[in-house]
Amino acid sequence: MHPALSVIVFTVSSGIGYGMLFWLAFNAWGGWDPAPETVPWAADRALGIAAFGLAFTTIVIGLLSSTLHLGHPERAWRAFSQWRSSWLSREGVLAIATFVPTGLFATGWVMFESVDGWWMFAGIVGAGLCLATVFCTAMIYASLKPVPAWNTQQVPLLYLLFSLGSGGLWLAALGHVFGAPPSLGDEWIPVVLVLAVAIKLLYWHWIDGGRTDGRRFFSRPHFPGVYSAIGVPSVEVRPLDEPHTQQNYLMREMGFVVARRHARKLRAIALGLWVLPVGVSFFLASEGTLVTVAALAGALTMTIGLLIERWLFFAEAKHTVMLYYRDPATR
Amino acid sequence: MTSLPKERGAKRLGLVIDLDICVGCHACAVACKEWNSGGHAAPLTDFQPYGANPDGVWFNRVHSFEVTELAQLTNTVHFPRSCLHCETPACVEVCPTGASFKRAEDGIVLVAEDLCIGCKLCSWACPYGAREYDANEGVMKKCTLCIDRIYNENLDAAERVPACVSCCPVSARHFGDLGDPDSDVSRRVAERDHHDLMPELGYEPTNKYLMPRPRHNRITYPGTSEDPIPVIDPDESGSMLHPFLRWVDRMLGD
Repeated sequence: MHPALSVIVFTVSSGIGYGMLFWLAFNAWGGWDPAPETVPWAADRALGIAAFGLAFTTIVIGLLSSTLHLGHPERAWRAFSQWRSSWLSREGVLAIATFVPTGLFATGWVMFESVDGWWMFAGIVGAGLCLATVFCTAMIYASLKPVPAWNTQQVPLLYLLFSLGSGGLWLAALGHVFGAPPSLGDEWIPVVLVLAVAIKLLYWHWIDGGRTDGRRFFSRPHFPGVYSAIGVPSVEVRPLDEPHTQQNYLMREMGFVVARRHARKLRAIALGLWVLPVGVSFFLASEGTLVTVAALAGALTMTIGLLIERWLFFAEAKHTVMLYYRDPATR
Repeated sequence: MTSLPKERGAKRLGLVIDLDICVGCHACAVACKEWNSGGHAAPLTDFQPYGANPDGVWFNRVHSFEVTELAQLTNTVHFPRSCLHCETPACVEVCPTGASFKRAEDGIVLVAEDLCIGCKLCSWACPYGAREYDANEGVMKKCTLCIDRIYNENLDAAERVPACVSCCPVSARHFGDLGDPDSDVSRRVAERDHHDLMPELGYEPTNKYLMPRPRHNRITYPGTSEDPIPVIDPDESGSMLHPFLRWVDRMLGD
């Protein structure tokens, strides 16, 4: 599949934002006091502005990126109508709905320095909606049966874990910058990150599994082969003449090969970039300039690694329509 | 509304394509392009149509395959690929705006282009590549089953079939109601070996492809001796001759 920059930015950037908002609510619920020297509880306005500011900015960048690449962005509001059947529509509805409780929670934190009562309630509802939005984003892809590499429960799981992991790292890094004490979430971030990377490794192993002869996607039986695509019982089918002399929309959109050729190298680069964030996540409870710098650098390399991971997520996924064409890899 | 229609009529309009007869001339694809460039989904934008890298929207694409059967016999199969107007089309259900829909009365899958936001998700959801994005219009386009012909009372009754069907020079394409077991198309399907495309995905395509009939004139090739194959020429001396020599043989014979 064509790895459009707009969807890569959309999924990575909004994932970070929703992850941050989730942990902000989770930590407040867990009794995190970012500014313990002030009594009673004060949310530390500066940290609040920075954290909510970064979270909402990344979400808005993500949503704008996905909206502006539409053929008709001015009609985007129509996408809120079909939530009964369409995961894309559900994602749109939830993305907008999430702004209400998370906005209230941010208002309570920053304006009134309170995360009690209804402010906390808004935060918890918002945290739930954040997870639901990321889940719907993943299901846009996971629901597509013609793309076997996406049609698996691993995809929503990975989207959620990477969103929580990257958002959590950014929040922890900001916490260190503002001198806040460790939060409850800091203890969970290494678990989330290790799980995310481990499942991603399993996922890569899984999608490599059946790619034996280049004409089949996977060895799993319910994935179609070219025989199923044209219906003619046969032992071998070779495309002889293609319908058109030049690339068409289908081949550009579904037959992307550039990143696939470099998949191994790109996977190694992403894994290399994740070494620092996974490592530093175990030391988030410590204090000191070194940890602060490492946490910031880790959040940054985590994000760059995620951009590569998301690029591969699209570029490595094959679509059944390419069964009708010569394997682009041998073209 | 992109949920599938709850109340469906019995009518299932679709195409029956005979892969035994199709000669791969691309006339259906060209006739489709011509009609639909002025029809319901017009325009079907072309980029650089006369340049080095022509590109454009087509609803019908004809592939040619070399198909090797179990008995190591190789045939050429021409395969026109277009929208199958599935009974449970994923392309409709993924549409976030309601632009894609399946008609309850006859099962035709259409795009309301004034509602389409051009997100391309429907083209990802279609395993058959039936939908093509018109980058100039910013909307998705697809086969309409020539909805502006089949119900068009300004046309003679005989012409009220999709353009691809009316132009096929070898009558490899047939149009009709596959929901009616007594229709001409349903009888053709019943008489012949046919397979749905990618049935394991569960989209229940309406269009049917009739399989190539078993070949009778078989030529033996080295290394395929396990197949007890009747040879082309009953005259044993001419069986493996070059076609030109066989022709000479026939001309000079008797």
